[in-house]
Amino acid sequence: MDISSINPVLLIASLMVAATPILLAAIGELVVEKAGVLNLGVEGMMITGAIAGFAAAVETGSPFVGFVAAAAGGAALSMLFVLLTQFALANHVASGLALTLFGLGLSALIGQSYGGVKPPPIGKLDLGPLSDLPVIGPILFSQDLVVYLGIALVAAVWALLKFTRAGLVLRAVGESHDAAHALGYKVVRIRILAILFGGACAGLGGAYISLVRVPQWTDGMTAGVGWIALALVVFASWRPWRVLLGAYLFGGITVLQLNLQAAGVAIPVEYLAMSPYIITIVVLVILSADKNKAPASLGRIFHASQ
Amino acid sequence: MIVLEKRPQPSRAWSLATPVLAVVATMVFGGLLFALLGKNPVEAIRTIFWDPLFGEFAFYYRPQLLVKGAPLVLIAIGLSLGFKAGIWNIGAEGQYIMGAICGAAVGLAFYPLDAWYVFPLMVLGGALGGWAWAMIPGILKVRFGTNEILVSLMLVYVAEQLLASMSLGLLKNPEGFGFPGSRNLNDYPSASSWISQDLGMHWGVVAAFIAVIFAYVLLNRHMAGFHIRLTGDAPRAARFAGVHPGRLILFCLGVSGALAGLAGLFEVAGPAGQITIDFNTGYGFTAIIVAFLGRLHPVGILLAGGLMALTYIGGEAAQSQMALPAAAIQVFQGMLLFFLLALDLLTNYRLRLKTREVA
Amino acid sequence: MSETLLSIRGLTKAYPGVVANSDVSFDIGAGEVHALLGENGAGKSTLVKMIYGLVKPDSGAMTLRGAPYAPAEPRAARADGIAMVFQHFSLFDALNVAENIALGMENPPPMRDLARRIREVSETYGLPLDPFRTVGDLSAGERQRVEIIRCLLQDPKLLIMDEPTSVLTPQEVEILFKTLTKLSAEGTAILYISHKLEEIRTLCDHATVLRLGKVVGECVPRESTAREMAELMVGTTLQTPTRAGRELGPVALALRGLSAASPSQFGTSLKNVHLEVKQGEVLGIGGVAGNGQDELLAVLSGEIPTDEGAVELKGAGIGRLGPAERRRLGLLTAPEERLGHAAAPDMSLTENAMLTGSVREGLERRGFLKWAAAQDFAEKIIKAFDVRTPGPDNAARSLSGGNLQKFVIGREVLQRPDVLVVNQPTWGVDASAAAAIRQALLDLAASGAAVICISQDLDELMEIADRFAALNEGRLSEPRPTTGLTVDEIGLMMGGAHGMEVAAVG
Repeated sequence: MDISSINPVLLIASLMVAATPILLAAIGELVVEKAGVLNLGVEGMMITGAIAGFAAAVETGSPFVGFVAAAAGGAALSMLFVLLTQFALANHVASGLALTLFGLGLSALIGQSYGGVKPPPIGKLDLGPLSDLPVIGPILFSQDLVVYLGIALVAAVWALLKFTRAGLVLRAVGESHDAAHALGYKVVRIRILAILFGGACAGLGGAYISLVRVPQWTDGMTAGVGWIALALVVFASWRPWRVLLGAYLFGGITVLQLNLQAAGVAIPVEYLAMSPYIITIVVLVILSADKNKAPASLGRIFHASQ
Repeated sequence: MIVLEKRPQPSRAWSLATPVLAVVATMVFGGLLFALLGKNPVEAIRTIFWDPLFGEFAFYYRPQLLVKGAPLVLIAIGLSLGFKAGIWNIGAEGQYIMGAICGAAVGLAFYPLDAWYVFPLMVLGGALGGWAWAMIPGILKVRFGTNEILVSLMLVYVAEQLLASMSLGLLKNPEGFGFPGSRNLNDYPSASSWISQDLGMHWGVVAAFIAVIFAYVLLNRHMAGFHIRLTGDAPRAARFAGVHPGRLILFCLGVSGALAGLAGLFEVAGPAGQITIDFNTGYGFTAIIVAFLGRLHPVGILLAGGLMALTYIGGEAAQSQMALPAAAIQVFQGMLLFFLLALDLLTNYRLRLKTREVA
Repeated sequence: MSETLLSIRGLTKAYPGVVANSDVSFDIGAGEVHALLGENGAGKSTLVKMIYGLVKPDSGAMTLRGAPYAPAEPRAARADGIAMVFQHFSLFDALNVAENIALGMENPPPMRDLARRIREVSETYGLPLDPFRTVGDLSAGERQRVEIIRCLLQDPKLLIMDEPTSVLTPQEVEILFKTLTKLSAEGTAILYISHKLEEIRTLCDHATVLRLGKVVGECVPRESTAREMAELMVGTTLQTPTRAGRELGPVALALRGLSAASPSQFGTSLKNVHLEVKQGEVLGIGGVAGNGQDELLAVLSGEIPTDEGAVELKGAGIGRLGPAERRRLGLLTAPEERLGHAAAPDMSLTENAMLTGSVREGLERRGFLKWAAAQDFAEKIIKAFDVRTPGPDNAARSLSGGNLQKFVIGREVLQRPDVLVVNQPTWGVDASAAAAIRQALLDLAASGAAVICISQDLDELMEIADRFAALNEGRLSEPRPTTGLTVDEIGLMMGGAHGMEVAAVG
């Protein structure tokens, strides 16, 4: 084995790529949960976004169209969650599971004819001399645009929640839907918007896997990233910047274990491959003391009686 | 506009009618989906739901119904106990794998000893394997308040990696010419779960029926079942009645884990025969649909398990006869859960057409 | 009074099975303090929800300053100068005071300006409040101030107050009344909803009485007696519970230096609580909501375990025992929250009878349940306590509040407890059911049981308790005999006016 073959600069640059799908899905779910909705269908929306984006990019030859289609696909699937939880008042947990099971099936169905196809490549930022800088060049100035979009979304969500009235109303709805309703806020409408946003973000995250990270289509290729994103929201105790931190942590673990596999470390491949999941569990255990930060109405069903 | 009005109490008639309605709605929309895929919808539905039961080759398909249905019912019964109490074990797939690994390991350890106690010990091993795997989220939840949904699900991926590791390493058939996978337990009579392969009868089928009876008695006649239902309806009232929440969590997760483990053991010692990388086929997740479709009621789950087994078998038939893609069946099953959850509204609410008031 | 501000004509609103309001008409003048008087379920809250735009009337009309007024939503009502102080459900625990207030305003100024204005208004009206404190940490009285200031910042022409004093100590009530009088003098009309007659007599200019959704009378409270108004409100002559002379036995239950942390984030921890209650005695425990009442019930019921010796039943330490073991020993409890705590909403009355009755009524044997016996027990409760329901198969949530409360109290009383602890036994219950429940508690004490009644209704405690103690921020005052206790003394036991230290500084 040869650990010295792992280049730390490339490791950091590639962990940002590995973290981006989790980051996108988690920041979307954070907004959803802040509005008091627990959507466990992230995995299903991601995989739907992955195939929608892949198919659109392959058909049009444009990765940009692919990402737009992915966001639309994720949001469309989340609309089913809206119908179940906001109109049919179904249990959030069961509805989220349904979304995941359905999304996995639907994506496999659509994806049948896309096995082994190569998607069009996505352009990377090239700032000339800046991108050529040692160390920070590859890390900060030569990623693809979606990596920056992810970070920008975190900043935007943070600012929205902290400084704007819309953010305050969103938090209020998640804190107590009864009180928000009594003050005349449209609880259901606000939650629908949040769920759609979460769906679009998850779709983008999924497309990032199929278009950039892998890049090809295989059934069930999100492999639990959606669930890790859900764990990440808890881990971050519903704070946007901690979502970024957590996503990079998980991205780092993923990249590191892949590098270790490549470097031929004397640990069986299977044990390295399970490490991100085990670390997710460990982190959840360590941080579950911080539960109090959860929005108080999270996962509760709202029905405006009288 | 349509307004929802909460019923003074849940409607019993609707709670029986909604699963049937959901199945009908799924058939309609599933048929549309098949039509979109360019297949004749009526033929597809008939191939899936009618032919396996009453068609020309029913003699071949009917035993399959037991083989596919048994693990679904066994797992779903366990899950339903937790779901009723608001304890969400969604990692049954992992517990199923661990039950199979542990049970098979016990059997392989005795190979080629011919003794009556080999199989019972394997059963014990399978149950313990699933139980132990489910205890991880259980203990973490009780001790640290960790979310059992996420932990149990993460453990599915861990179990899949363990399965790969086992079939490539520890449990690999020494006489298998280097191919991955364990010895075939069907070639080892003391370790086989088959009772009659022609009838589709193996010990898992028996266990599934016992589990249904056990769950029915537990929920309707026993304090533990009453406490499970109470916790699901009103957790604070359950504490007030004297329920110890931690013990209930461990009980529900333990039972569901053990039953999932048993399902895995019976599968590996019978229909599957050996531990391989792709041993698990998603029963643990489909069982979630079965549990809901059966309205978390033991008898309902038995019927739902049969129906879901039918979609598997009919789906395979449609795949070979009509080239209907396998994923279409997965979509079909997901759709069923959707309709069920949506229509469930009718048990607790009344829909009322209302003209918009001019205030 | 001067010109009419709001005029209500023939408002009717029906819900399936009940007519909440039927042809309600009255006027509110500018600057008038108008009382809306009625029992629980008389239709007061539906009426104010219509005025505030939360509910649309089926028929009838309102005019505001002569112009037609039909708010489509609370926003429209607020824009027309109507503000409402809610009793429940309108504050966000995890947000701070300023954020809560901003949520109730149409165009809130930036946070810093808003904080300054909150300080100004709170000083003007003698309602001290720190804009940056988290609302969940405030006392009930302070929470109400948040609501009032939220309304005042919008310069309301009509301020609706829904049962504002039920969460206040007598001293805090006095402060509130001063604020309201000042507002009324400045020309703000106040619609004051209450069933407390003495308050209405002190404060209000005019009263409209509702019964079963209809206006049954109007009066000038200062010129009517409390008894007249009560009979108008209830429709029959009220029966006051009878207290038989009782012999007190030995100490049945004692708490010895009990401390317990609250399980919920914004709960109140109990601190060094001592009390003793004798056989045949009724001990009343008062206090403003959120001062440890739920926690006290939970340590007595066994939901929160404590040190072995901190809870003593008939001399034996039982602090570690769970609810079922305590029931076996004769300590029974009835929590405040009927649906979801004392009873499971979707379960039948038979199942709810099983919920606490299994141990003492022999409804189980070695874990197996005897449903026939449970049904008999449920039927016995229904009969003995006159619970109005088609039968024991009906779900708990289908019962009205009063009937379910009779079922819950009856379930415990009929199990012949040695000690019974009840929390808010008549909260939200109509007058006749309340009278029946109080009588049952007195009868139980007369038969030799010890009764602890935790309640925020001081009149109720004065009526049935032999001794009175008050909870204040998790501490229990020294119990004193109820006879001869003055309102001022009670108020001081309850902690006087909360959070007024800030006023002295500001």
